[in-house]
Amino acid sequence: MRRLLTHIFGAIGRSTLSSLQRTGDATMLSLRALCCFFMPPWQGSHIVRQLYALGVGSLIIIAITGAFTGMVLALQGYYMLAKFGSESLLGSAIALSIIRELGPVLAAFMLIGRAGSSITAEIGIMRVTEQLDALQMMAVNPVGRIIMPRILATVIALPLLVAIFDVVGLAAGYVIGVDLLGVNAGAFIGEMVTKVAMEDLNIGWIKAAGFGLLIGAICTWYGYRAEATTEGVARATTQAVVLSCVSVLVLDYILTSFFL
Amino acid sequence: MQGYRKIEIIVGIFVFVGIVAIAGLAIKLGQIGGLSSSGYELTAVFEDVGGIRVGGDVMMAGVSIGRVADVSLDDDSEAHLLLEINEGIKISTDAIATVRTKGIIGERYIRITQGADEESLNDGDEIEETESAINIEDLVSKYIFSPDNKE
Repeated sequence: MRRLLTHIFGAIGRSTLSSLQRTGDATMLSLRALCCFFMPPWQGSHIVRQLYALGVGSLIIIAITGAFTGMVLALQGYYMLAKFGSESLLGSAIALSIIRELGPVLAAFMLIGRAGSSITAEIGIMRVTEQLDALQMMAVNPVGRIIMPRILATVIALPLLVAIFDVVGLAAGYVIGVDLLGVNAGAFIGEMVTKVAMEDLNIGWIKAAGFGLLIGAICTWYGYRAEATTEGVARATTQAVVLSCVSVLVLDYILTSFFL
Repeated sequence: MQGYRKIEIIVGIFVFVGIVAIAGLAIKLGQIGGLSSSGYELTAVFEDVGGIRVGGDVMMAGVSIGRVADVSLDDDSEAHLLLEINEGIKISTDAIATVRTKGIIGERYIRITQGADEESLNDGDEIEETESAINIEDLVSKYIFSPDNKE
């Protein structure tokens, strides 16, 4: 009995401590990376390269996701609002749900799938092939050279991608709502303009930047600390994607309840 | 280095498009530099505003002339509204503010009916004449219990 109890509590304690330790390690790694931004050498060209790979690379998939999100919201919103006879609210319903909620979260998911996984896999393979050690041997700080540009790129790229997602989503919602379902164009735009306030947009940008930081921090850490084997990299990539998705949703809830 | 120049240009275009999208949304939907910066504020005290919200329309003759900037309860348990009126709209000192509903279940808005006075209200003034939200239940009970109907 006593052995069983010590076994159970030991297991709980061990997993708690190890997850705390990993959270702390990941936080320290991203803080170190952000410090490296302010220290020479200047890594501008690497940041631009990462913005290209992560931001521009995710543009098409984000635009497609945004378009279909706006379209399906128009259909579903129309179906629901028509039951109350208030189809004219369609514009504000689409705009508020895309700007406050779906834009940041879906764009973050797409960035995780498209860019987060590749960050982890890339850094993990650098670990396996000892490129990180080689950098250190050449007195190049791998945190400043590899980690920092990637975190910074996700933080910068995600709000921009979210803005593009919003615009594409609203335009697609307009096309379906006005041209296909016959909602009054003036009412659609008018409702959208009066109901969306600057605070709603600000929440969207804050969420986007927060998610970007979270994705960058989690995905780089998993790659950096990946076990130096093929399976290790595979496992790290899976875990990075899963944990990023879950923590984006958790942070989304926290930010929404905080700002409401 | 040729490849890097190309990357730089494409990233530049990406950042530019993103910032244009942000600015476009902020100007078109967030109304930066629109209603909030130019215009003036009036206060009005109502007995009952029927659940009007911040951002609700202020209309005159069916034209939107501003919005509700703040709703609060004052010491006398009356609703205290702060109305943001667009620049250039003149409201006479004896104007009447009424809480109305768009349609039957629509949202509440403030209707302002112009008075006869020559002078107009300035920033920070109060609209003295107010009329509360029409409550259907009150109307019904008033009709039923009014002395004229008791025979």
